[in-house]
Amino acid sequence: MARIGVFICHCGENIARTVDVAKVRDALAKHPGVVHAVDYRYMCSAPGQELIRNAIVEKKLTGVVVAACSPHMHEPTFRKACAAVGLNPYLCEMANIREHCSWVHSDREKATEKAIELVRFLVEKVKRNRPLEPIRVPVTKRALVVGGGIAGIQAALDIANGGYEVILVERQPSIGGHMAQLSETFPTLDCSQCILTPKMVEVRQHPNIKLLTYSEVEDVKGYVGNFEVTIRKKARYVNEEVCTGCGACIQRCPQKRIPSEFDRGLGRRTAIYIPFPQAVPNIPVIDREHCAYFRRGGCRLCEKECPRGAIDFNQQDQLLTEKVGAIVLATGYDLIPSDIYSEYGGGRYRDVIDGLQFERLLSASGPTNGEVLRPSDGKEVKSVVFISCVGSRDRAKGIPYCSKICCMYVAKHAILFKHKVHDGQAFVFYMDVRAAGKGYEEFVRRAVEEEGVVYLRGRVSKIYQQDGKLIVRGVDTLSGMPVEIPADLVVLATAIRASDGIVELAQKLGVPVDEHGFLSEAHPKLRPVETQVAGVFLAGACQAPKDIPDTVAQASGAASKVLSMFAQDAIEREPTIAKVNEQTCVGCFECQRACPYRAIERKEIRDRQGNLIKVVAYVNPGLCAGCGACTVACRNHSVDLEGFAEEQMFAELSAITAA
Amino acid sequence: MTAYAYFPGCSAHGTAKEYDRSTQSVCAKLGIELEEIPDWVCCGASPAHAVNHLLSLALVAKNLDLSPSDTIVTGCAACYNRFKTAIHALQHDRPLWEQVKQIVQPTKLNGRDFRVFHLLEVIHEFGLEGVKERVTKPLKGLKVACYYGCLLVRPPKVMAFDDPDNPKKMDELIAAVGAEPVEWEFKTECCGAFHAVPHPEIVLRLTSNILRAAKDAGADVVSVACPMCQINLDLRQLDIQKRHKVTFNMPVLYFTQLLGLALGISEGELGFDRLIIDPRPILREKGLV
Repeated sequence: MARIGVFICHCGENIARTVDVAKVRDALAKHPGVVHAVDYRYMCSAPGQELIRNAIVEKKLTGVVVAACSPHMHEPTFRKACAAVGLNPYLCEMANIREHCSWVHSDREKATEKAIELVRFLVEKVKRNRPLEPIRVPVTKRALVVGGGIAGIQAALDIANGGYEVILVERQPSIGGHMAQLSETFPTLDCSQCILTPKMVEVRQHPNIKLLTYSEVEDVKGYVGNFEVTIRKKARYVNEEVCTGCGACIQRCPQKRIPSEFDRGLGRRTAIYIPFPQAVPNIPVIDREHCAYFRRGGCRLCEKECPRGAIDFNQQDQLLTEKVGAIVLATGYDLIPSDIYSEYGGGRYRDVIDGLQFERLLSASGPTNGEVLRPSDGKEVKSVVFISCVGSRDRAKGIPYCSKICCMYVAKHAILFKHKVHDGQAFVFYMDVRAAGKGYEEFVRRAVEEEGVVYLRGRVSKIYQQDGKLIVRGVDTLSGMPVEIPADLVVLATAIRASDGIVELAQKLGVPVDEHGFLSEAHPKLRPVETQVAGVFLAGACQAPKDIPDTVAQASGAASKVLSMFAQDAIEREPTIAKVNEQTCVGCFECQRACPYRAIERKEIRDRQGNLIKVVAYVNPGLCAGCGACTVACRNHSVDLEGFAEEQMFAELSAITAA
Repeated sequence: MTAYAYFPGCSAHGTAKEYDRSTQSVCAKLGIELEEIPDWVCCGASPAHAVNHLLSLALVAKNLDLSPSDTIVTGCAACYNRFKTAIHALQHDRPLWEQVKQIVQPTKLNGRDFRVFHLLEVIHEFGLEGVKERVTKPLKGLKVACYYGCLLVRPPKVMAFDDPDNPKKMDELIAAVGAEPVEWEFKTECCGAFHAVPHPEIVLRLTSNILRAAKDAGADVVSVACPMCQINLDLRQLDIQKRHKVTFNMPVLYFTQLLGLALGISEGELGFDRLIIDPRPILREKGLV
C-alpha cells in the first residue's frame, strides 16, 4: 500500500499570495494513499528539507510529492534530500504550482483548485513510480580535438598536460590556423607568430598528442565516453617518416605561380609546398591540382631532388579509426567573401582587400616582407581606408550579428600602418567602436589620439577608381557631410562566418547549429563550452566570433570539462530512458526510424544452441536522451519510458478527468 | 505575343519625343506590340510622393485601372519607379489599398495581378540573340557608357531590376548591336533629377562627375534609359562649360536610338537632331551615319 507524503511550499509570497496553501494541504491530506501533508514557508531551505527527511523516516513514506516551483529549479535538491534518508530519488516528484499556477493566475479560488489538481495527479503518478538507478557508462580516456588553430592547440595541450591522450585533427597541411596568418595581436602588439609557434612545436613534441594534419573527420559513431571516429588522412605524397623538411623539393618545383592560400592570394607558392616557414609539421604536401606530374605526367623533379627518397607519388588516402571518450570541436571561422558588396567593387578592384590579406601585407614573412604595397602595382601605400562592419550587422546580407573582433583589429591595422608608413594617412569608417575588453578601449584611444588615425563615423556608399586611386565615398555623420577620400588601398573588415564543412560535421555528431552555421552551446550563459550532445565540447570561433584571449579561455574551459570527465571511470546518466520489452517486440524497427539520437540498435535473441530466434530493438543507454519518440512510434507498445511509463501518464490523466 | 500596355509618361510627349518615337519604331522592328494606355494620367513623379503619399498611390492606381493589359511597359525610369513602388506599397498594406480605392473608384482593378516592366527589361527579355539577328548596321567601334541612373535600380527590394550597383542589361543590349560598352563605375550615380530647378549647382556638379567618368572610361557617347537623366546629362553640358570651364561634348542618346540605328531605322525617325549635343559628328566619324 502506497504511503505518500505531500509537501506544499509557500515560496514566501510567490505561491501563497495566489494559492491557499492550507486548503491544498487539507484537500491532499484526504486523498487516498496520502499519509502525510504539510505546508511550509520555504521548502527548499535547510529546515524545509529537514521536514521532508524526518517525515520519510517517521511516516515510512514510499513516495514524495513536493508542490513548489519548476522541477528545473529544485528537483535535484529534493531528490537528494530523499536519497539522504534512503528513499530512491526517483520516487520523489515535483508539482509545479508556481510557474504553472500562482505566477500566471490571479483568481485565488480557481488557482487553489488548479493547484490541488496538479498535486493530485502527481500523487497518482508517484504511486506508480519505480526505484531507478543511474546508468553508468564507461569512459575511454582519450580525446579528439577537431581543428588545429589556437583553440584546438590550447585544448589539446591542456588535456595532454592533464595526462590523457589527445588526437588533434587539422585539415590544412599545418596547424596554426588564422592566428599564424596574423602579423601582430591587439592590444599589446606582440608578434602573433612569436607567441603561437612555441605552442605549435609543443603540440608536435608532446608525447600525449597524436597530430594528424591534412586530415579530416569522416564519420563519428557512438556516444559519450565511447565514440568511434573515422579520420581520413589525405595523401601528402610525401613520406612523413622519412622527410626531414629540408625544402630541396620546394626549391626545385617548376610550378611557382600558384596563389598561396596562406597569403590569401597575395603571394605565390609551388605545387609541392609548406604553407609557411614555421609550419608544423615541417613536411611538404603535393597539391595534385597544380602538380605537373599529376596533371600531365613527366616532371617528378622533386622526387629526383629529394636526398631522402621521401616523395611517394603512389601514396593513397588512409582511413583511420580511433576510439575516444570526448570530442572538442575547434573548427574556427572564415571571412565572408569581400565581393558580396558590389558598391565596394564586388571583387573587381585588386586594391580592395580584406583584413586577413592586410595582415599578410603587414607580416614580415608575408608576400611583401612586411612593406605595405599595393597588390595591383606594388606601389607604396600612402593613404589607406578601413571600412568596418562589411557584412556584419547588415540584415540585408543576412548577417545581423556583430563579428566582435573587427573594431579591434581595424585599430591595430591602422596603428601598424602608421608605424610602417610614417607620412601615410589612415582613415577608419565605423558605425560605432566596440572596444569591450581588457586594455581595448585604451588601444583604440591610442590609435585616435597618439597615432593620428582619422575615425569617421559613417558608412561608405561607393568605391570607384579615378586616376589610379580608389575614391572612397562615404558620409561623416558627425559633421553631417558627405566625404570622398582618394585612397591607395581599402581594407574591408568583412564579417566572420563559421568555417566550411562545419554543418556537415555537426550533423554527423548531432550537435545543433544556429541559423548562421555557428555551433550551439548547451546553455548561453551557464554551459557555454558544452553542447547538447554529451561528451562533445566547443572551443573558439566555431561557436561565435571571438578574439584570441576569449578563444584560449574557452579552449581551456572545454579541456577542463574533458579532464573532469576523464577523472571518473564511468559517467552517470539519468535512468529515465526508453526500455524495450523483448518478449513482445516484433523487430519492426519503427522506433529506430523515430529516434533522433540513433540510440536504437538491433539485438539478436538466440537460443541455447545459438540459433537465431528473432531480432529485437535495443536501446543504447549511452545515447538515449529519453525523449519518448520511440514509445509513440511502437505499434504494440513494446517500448516504454522509464519514469514516464504509459501507466504513469494515464494515472495522471485519469486523476484530472476524475476531478 | 500579347501586347504590352504602354505608358509613355509626360516626357515622351514633350522633351523626349525622340525617345517615344525610337521606342515605337524599335518595338515595331522587333515585333513587340505596344498599346498605349488610353487617357493615361500623370504617374506622380516626382512631386506627388513628396507632397501627398495617398495622391502618389492614387495616380498609379488610376493608370492601372485604365490599362488594357496587366502587363505594362514604360520607358521612363521615374514612371517605372512610381508604378513599382506604388504597387509594392498597396500589395503590402490592405487598409491603404482600401483607402486608395475610395479615392480612385476603380472599375476594372479587382483581382488583377499587374506586372510592370521597363522597356530595357522587355527588349532584354525579347532576347539578345533575336536583337542580334535583326541588326543591319552593327555599331562597330562605338564606345558606349551605359548609364542607368538611380531610379531603375533602387530600392533593390522593390525594383528587383538587376544588380543595383553594377547593372548589366543595357550593356548587354548595346553589345548585342555591335557597340562596345565601357566598364565604368558611375552607372547608377544620381544625376540630381529635379534639383535642376531649385538647386542647379548640385545637378551641374553631379552630371559633371558622371560625364567625366564616362569620358575617362573612353566612351564616345552615353546611353540612357530615362528622359530626366537625358535632359540633365545632355542639356546641362553648356552650363557646365560656363560654370566649371570643362567641355565634354559628350552626346547623350536614348538606348533606343542606338538600337534603332543598328536595326536600320532612319536617322530622321530616331530624332538625332533633337539632342543638344549632336551625336552625328561622332557617328559619322565611326561610319555609322
